[in-house]
Amino acid sequence: MAKDFDPSGRMPDYFTNAGTSSFTQFLTHASPELLPGRRPLPPGFSADIAPHATTIVAIATAEGVVMGGDRRATMGNLIASRDIEKVHPADSYSLIGIAGTAGIGIELMRLFQVELEHYEKIEGTMLSTDGKANRLAGMVRGNLGAAMQGLAVVPLFAGYDLSPADPAKVGRIFSFDVAGGLYEETGYDAIGSGSLFAKSALKKKYRAGLSTDAAVRLAVEALYDAADDDTATGGPDLTRKIFPVVMSATANGTHRLTEAEITAVAEQVVAGRMENPGG
Amino acid sequence: MQFYASPEQVQRDRSEYARKGIARGRSAVVLTYEGGILLVAENITTLRKISEIYDKIGFAAVGRYNEFESLRRAGIRMADVNGYSYDRRDVTGRFLANAYTQTLGAIFTETQKPYEVEICIAQVGSSPETDELYRITYDGSVMDEPGFMAMGGQAEAISNVLRERHDATAELPAALALAAQALGSVGGENGQTRKLDQKQLEVAVLDRRRKGRAFRRIQGPALIQLLEGLKDVLDKDLGGVDAAPPPPPAVDKPTVSAAAEEDAADKAEPTDPAEPADGVNGDGS
Repeated sequence: MAKDFDPSGRMPDYFTNAGTSSFTQFLTHASPELLPGRRPLPPGFSADIAPHATTIVAIATAEGVVMGGDRRATMGNLIASRDIEKVHPADSYSLIGIAGTAGIGIELMRLFQVELEHYEKIEGTMLSTDGKANRLAGMVRGNLGAAMQGLAVVPLFAGYDLSPADPAKVGRIFSFDVAGGLYEETGYDAIGSGSLFAKSALKKKYRAGLSTDAAVRLAVEALYDAADDDTATGGPDLTRKIFPVVMSATANGTHRLTEAEITAVAEQVVAGRMENPGG
Repeated sequence: MQFYASPEQVQRDRSEYARKGIARGRSAVVLTYEGGILLVAENITTLRKISEIYDKIGFAAVGRYNEFESLRRAGIRMADVNGYSYDRRDVTGRFLANAYTQTLGAIFTETQKPYEVEICIAQVGSSPETDELYRITYDGSVMDEPGFMAMGGQAEAISNVLRERHDATAELPAALALAAQALGSVGGENGQTRKLDQKQLEVAVLDRRRKGRAFRRIQGPALIQLLEGLKDVLDKDLGGVDAAPPPPPAVDKPTVSAAAEEDAADKAEPTDPAEPADGVNGDGS
């Protein structure tokens, strides 16, 4: 902001003008260097320079949505992190999970959280669920240049819709592609390297109108299946007590399953696989 | 025709202009109570004078709407930029007060027309002693207020009521009653006091027990019950840090009579989806 230094000490105009309610749009004036996708990248393919976050699953339930993510980040054949957290609340009623280049994904997620909160505070009201998803799609689109050089990040967005068009569909799930494409998913979706296996598991077990508890169990099962066949996805780590992060968004807001809750579910899933490895 | 005006005269004229503008509007009070900071403005419109700025920081203003609205936006933007580039804990009320005082000071001395506003930046702490209230006036002066403050027309008279009876250990209904009485102590016919009801008040609290975003707007049935001094409501409403938001709107239940619906509406908690149910922090905690 040094370039805008005004000897009077007055705030620069773009702070006070009515302009925009969007934080990212505001940053393009105030501090463009804080925005991802605005930094020049050296030419070349750089997929291997940073850790990659892997599998995320989301399931629509009768009460809202459940989202879970494994805890592994990889760099080539190495495990970069065993306890990374890739599923976060986006605001009081929605969740975001990230797959792809971890650093950019976490930055995108933080920016998105501020974006939603900023709008809420400026306008005094919350964005609609579709509005939130559109906003996120725009932010993913901004990262296309980096994605083409190997630093791709793809989020998964899910939320409890406070004013659903169809009252039976309060849980909404949106997936994205690197070009910023936005797709609403029906029932469930998964992203990341293990998504192929997770989705296959969900396809067989998902039923419309699941309860939140059943969906939590299903999410952990699907992540187990992903870890079973994908080296970049981490399964429940019983020795270190590292279990997937699972969150729900319902009419009561977002909730992250406590250590005790997720331990119980993960142990049940592992015990089930002792008898039948295929689930 | 006079071509020269001394700087003193110019400043005096501007001050007088700004003061007159502010005095025309309705007042607002901010005071600490046991559970946090209470912000109350006399406001019959749906346009807001009180707002959330950041986790522990609230904003209240009186004067010209377009002017304090642009200051409010600026505060939110500044706080969000700082919180995003550093950490949420690094956004403080003093930092915002400094930015406001610089801006208002510059506007006062450099432009033809000063801003006709007075604003309060309130930061809630872990106890009433650690609460911070900053009053920033049209000319950029800033004052650190001791637990309570009144702004707007006849602020002096309102302040006197608050000074006599303010109690930092009071509970919310008592604090709200005091605020409503203080605001109603002026403006009646023939010096009479007025009794303000829920339609004339805009009320919010910065709840010191809430993690994350402490700001919470109180309106509708909850406000009516609080104004009646009901404490039971208060506990249910503000007791929990992670108080649940209202249940989703009932979907087409034709069997419910209008009267029953009205009854249900009375019991419902205030609906403001903008207020977070779960202390959601930008850092993902």
